[in-house]
Amino acid sequence: MSKTSPQQDFFRGIWRENPVLIQMLGLCPALAVSNTLENSLVMGIATFFVLTGSSLLVSIVKKAVPGEVRISTYILIIATFVTVADMTLEALVPDIHKALGAFVALIVVNCMILGRQEAFASKNPVGRSLLDAFGTGFGFIIAMVMMGSIREILGTGALLGMKVIPGPFEPWVIFILPPGGFLTLGFWLLLFGWIEKRRVERARVREWPHGVGAREEAA
Amino acid sequence: MTAPRLLITAWPHLAERDSTPRIMWTVNVSLIPVIVAAIYYFGPSAVLVIVAALAGCLATEWLFGSRETLFDGSAVITGLLLGLCLPAGLPMWMAFVGGAFAIGFGKLIFGGLGQNIFNPALLGRAFLQAAFPVALTTWPVIRENWWALRGDNLALPLMSPGEVDVLTSATPLGLMKFEQQSTELGKLMIGATGGSLGETAGILILLCGAYLAWRNYLNWRIPISIFLTVAALATLTHWLNPAFPGALFMLFSGGLMLGAVYMATDMVTSPVTNRGCWLYGVGIGVLVVVIRLWGGLAEGVMYAILLMNAMVPFINRATQPRVFGTRAAVKVTE
Repeated sequence: MSKTSPQQDFFRGIWRENPVLIQMLGLCPALAVSNTLENSLVMGIATFFVLTGSSLLVSIVKKAVPGEVRISTYILIIATFVTVADMTLEALVPDIHKALGAFVALIVVNCMILGRQEAFASKNPVGRSLLDAFGTGFGFIIAMVMMGSIREILGTGALLGMKVIPGPFEPWVIFILPPGGFLTLGFWLLLFGWIEKRRVERARVREWPHGVGAREEAA
Repeated sequence: MTAPRLLITAWPHLAERDSTPRIMWTVNVSLIPVIVAAIYYFGPSAVLVIVAALAGCLATEWLFGSRETLFDGSAVITGLLLGLCLPAGLPMWMAFVGGAFAIGFGKLIFGGLGQNIFNPALLGRAFLQAAFPVALTTWPVIRENWWALRGDNLALPLMSPGEVDVLTSATPLGLMKFEQQSTELGKLMIGATGGSLGETAGILILLCGAYLAWRNYLNWRIPISIFLTVAALATLTHWLNPAFPGALFMLFSGGLMLGAVYMATDMVTSPVTNRGCWLYGVGIGVLVVVIRLWGGLAEGVMYAILLMNAMVPFINRATQPRVFGTRAAVKVTE
């Protein structure tokens, strides 16, 4: 059914179509709860769980769902898994659950998850959908870790609560405040935009060594 | 894409004396008296902080900007102004970070000189204020020994400033707001008070600003409208509630002079129409008074100017003058 290979399904979500860094989906948790690495990791894992679970279920029931009510069905399925994740977190890591606050419940409206259901899981077989969910979920965790580690190191001088910068480090308070989230995301988007631009430019040089459309003059 | 050596266009040819570097360097030169006053009051600490801010700006411009714009003076202005609105006891590395942020995120990310929305120096200071709130609100007093450092200026990069035996005190605005103490007006005018490096010498800044306005390098409508608004509102609030400071105190305390003369009038981030300049100045004045009297902070010039910077595109659009001869046709009665 799909024209991509299984490997592509998996790796696409991690790099080429990374939900946060390339598609810019799911920015709300990426900005709001990435102030420490611990919070980011827990948030990433919870989202990963919800995404995989709902992709699996949506892919299983895809034939049975009428087209008119598919979005609400997906949301219900996602909300079920979010409730499971919410209660599990509350039982296992109550402190982090408190720190994440409403953002665990808000995974329901994470457009990255709904987007994967609508764009992939509802049209592809179960195995492929799971692979896609794994890839996208890992991509999200990676992005969350990138945000969280930068913000925690600069904002507190520590990583996972352990001091990483020796000496009397002066914390950059802004990085654990909301503006720091936007700044950090901006940094990463800048970096990825720059890498992408360089990649495109290199490809163009290979294709048109004498500049775009300059083949005639060069020959 | 090099410009042709000899550009031939149709006449008449007018030689333009003013160019961007010329204007920028003139503004830099006009800042020298303010810097000298800062050094006079705060000693070697002033030099260290200003040099560090300047180095941050120039290094970022050199790394990420084009090499040609390095010498047009605009990065130098940003560095000097940023240095002038920092406290004297700030560690040098923080000033450097502020300068790098000011140029990188205040100017280059928008596409360089002429494209930025916000005043880079103020953006750098706002970043520092949010990142290091304690260091940015420690105001050393002017003291007897001119040679002594006013804080741990030489703290290692990324490290907290150490304990230095320095007398600190609140700024006149802070004293007014949190302890209801007034400061002598004469002291305020010549700047013998605590505060940022450049927010002390009110009279000097006014003189330098007058020179720039005479050269037409700043639109005099902006500072005048800020001063008038602040004075009018301060008089009114002082009359309603004598606990609020009077007009002259409001004008000469804090960073109002430096902000109104040098930062609000930045050519890039202020409105292009004269009517717009009046509107912009009034907006800054109102915000300054509101933040100073009712806000959580003692000083509000920085945020007032940044907020009005964000409004400039709208002000420009709203105050576009009508093109001559295009008056709306009189509606014909039926």
